Amino acid sequence: MSTPSESKLRSFFTGLMRHQIVIPLAALLLLTLFNLIADPGFFKISLGYNSDNNPVLSGYLISIIDYGSELAILAIGMTLVTAASGGQDISVGATIAIAGSVILRVLCGTESRPETLQAPIIVAFLVACLVAMLCGAFNGSLVAFFKIQPMVATLILFTAGRSIAAWINNNELPIVSDVSFSYFGGYLPGVPIPTPFFIAIICFVITWAVLKYTNLGLYVQAVGINEKTSRLNGLNPTFIKFLTYVLLGVCVAVSALIKVSRLSTINYSVIAKDIEMDAILAVALGGNALSGGKFNMSASILGAYVIQFLTTTLYKFEVQSDALSAYKAVVVIILVVMSAPAVREKISLLFNKMSAKKQAQSA
Amino acid sequence: MSQNKGLRRRIQNMSDTNLLSSITVIVFILMYLGAMMFLGKGFLKPQTLFNLMNANAALIILSCGMSLVMITGGIDISVGGVTALVSMSCAVFLDQKGGSVIGSLLLALFIGLAFGVVQGYLVAYLDIQPFIVTLAGMFFARGMTTIVNTNPFNVQNPSFVSLKDTRVTIPFLGSVNKRGEYVDAYIELGVVVALVIVALLFVLLKWSKTGRNFYAVGGNRQSALLLGINVRRTVFLSHLFCGLLAGIGGFVYFLHVGSGSASHAMGAEMNAIASSIIGGTMLTGGVGNIIGTLFGVMSLALIQNIVSSVGLDQAWWTGITIAAMLCLFLILQSIIIARRKKANAEASMKGAKGT
Repeated sequence: MSTPSESKLRSFFTGLMRHQIVIPLAALLLLTLFNLIADPGFFKISLGYNSDNNPVLSGYLISIIDYGSELAILAIGMTLVTAASGGQDISVGATIAIAGSVILRVLCGTESRPETLQAPIIVAFLVACLVAMLCGAFNGSLVAFFKIQPMVATLILFTAGRSIAAWINNNELPIVSDVSFSYFGGYLPGVPIPTPFFIAIICFVITWAVLKYTNLGLYVQAVGINEKTSRLNGLNPTFIKFLTYVLLGVCVAVSALIKVSRLSTINYSVIAKDIEMDAILAVALGGNALSGGKFNMSASILGAYVIQFLTTTLYKFEVQSDALSAYKAVVVIILVVMSAPAVREKISLLFNKMSAKKQAQSA
Repeated sequence: MSQNKGLRRRIQNMSDTNLLSSITVIVFILMYLGAMMFLGKGFLKPQTLFNLMNANAALIILSCGMSLVMITGGIDISVGGVTALVSMSCAVFLDQKGGSVIGSLLLALFIGLAFGVVQGYLVAYLDIQPFIVTLAGMFFARGMTTIVNTNPFNVQNPSFVSLKDTRVTIPFLGSVNKRGEYVDAYIELGVVVALVIVALLFVLLKWSKTGRNFYAVGGNRQSALLLGINVRRTVFLSHLFCGLLAGIGGFVYFLHVGSGSASHAMGAEMNAIASSIIGGTMLTGGVGNIIGTLFGVMSLALIQNIVSSVGLDQAWWTGITIAAMLCLFLILQSIIIARRKKANAEASMKGAKGT
């Protein structure tokens, strides 16, 4: 017989395991512990001044919330797409290149290095938004109307995207010299926390409000769980799938603004490279089924920051940026293997056997 | 009129596999004839066709593997990464470790097989989505390539270089060059390998039990299971073959370029998928043909060649044309199949009414 405290503990754990957010939290804890043991200096945050004499915070943690932000924004859209269509959009990196290229094209006009901005930043952003939504609509229509598997449909833009981005600017690399443009990916004057974090928080609040006050979340899950049933219940699965891809387009445009603003220029083949992998990883780490259905948005967002935590940790140990993908691929494989139904069944079977043995012993 | 009707009935009676691959063959021939008529000279020489093959021998092999996986209803996007990893590993093995050519070939086969086994196991026996598994495989291979060696370099190993420069001459199809000398037409060793593989796979798919199982599993998993086919083993085998072919393709690619680099075969997976789809392999599985795939690769190569000889030679045009062509064929397929389904349904309705 197990003692009452033990059974309480077990029920507490099983209750805990039911919450999706435990998975990214556990990963976060693991990484934090690892870094604490390896080098506590990882967590140091110092206040300094940048070249414009603004107070800025610096440290690995700050860079995580800084660079993790665009990933978290992408994870929002990716979660919706995953939940509704049971597949992922692998063209987000290429679409960021397109949207970023559009922003620069609008800001710089035909000159490659203009003294003043040719158009207000908000206009450039809105145009980029429109273009990214069009890309999303393209992917969405292939998936929703032509019933092509999401990853294959988005493979088209995955290859063509960076070429199109180079084509938009005639393969030139325009540079924006205006200071106000660099605020989006850098620091607002007088604020020591990087702006991308604020942008991300705004996006989270909007997403939260939309999921709370509209039926979008419910409909998306319904379509993801069973398309036919949802259609019989009066939903329009085609439209909802299409919509999620367009929404992902908006997320892509916001990320593109941050990405381009960081450098004030663009590098077509490098910008947002491999970010699709990170975004999918964030969704998977958030405990969401990659085959669609139920989702937990906050777990995905936390997942994105955990991924950035992992990336930063790897960078700290001087892993080359090109080699990063190998390590992350291993993490993905471990994650998907752990969450595979066949493996889960076996593990729970093993667990049950062990506890049965224990009970038999104590009896 | 009656002849027209007969043709229509024949098309109606064709299997999806044959219909889609015949479309590709016709498109390829029409494009080639068009290029011969409007772009002239270069396309009239047989060597142009052989050069297309020389440059795309590796892609043909990769696409064959891709077709196998796609026929069973899966997909493998790691082939490009595996190609890069194979060429980098072989290059390092030959030049820095002092290995032999045979050893490097074995290494290539081993790498391909390893990817095939692991991915096949994860997909077939653990029921993980093939796309996720092979996406991870692709990133893993690309990352490993950088870990094996960061900087690109050319292989100097003499016996390898002599193998690389081996040409198979084809009599009677040569052409007269600018100086008025007769030059034999030639193909590289890789092309021979590719054609042999195409022939073997054609036989395998058409007449062997394993090959027919691929179609059955891709067409309908449930029915295949009820027919007593070992579905998991078939899916595993398809990934195994694909991995192995990626290893061979990687070696052929290496033989063609003679160097190792992390940026080798960038986007090759996309080209392989595009070629398979253009060659009439359906993404949903159960439909496909290796001959179609061969012509798919050739069509893709031809259109790139045409685009650059028309004068659109900036790098980005290639990516855009491939994507556009893929998109076109994807939509064409989905429309053709939908129409045929409808027509079949109508025909069966009529039959039901008649009795």
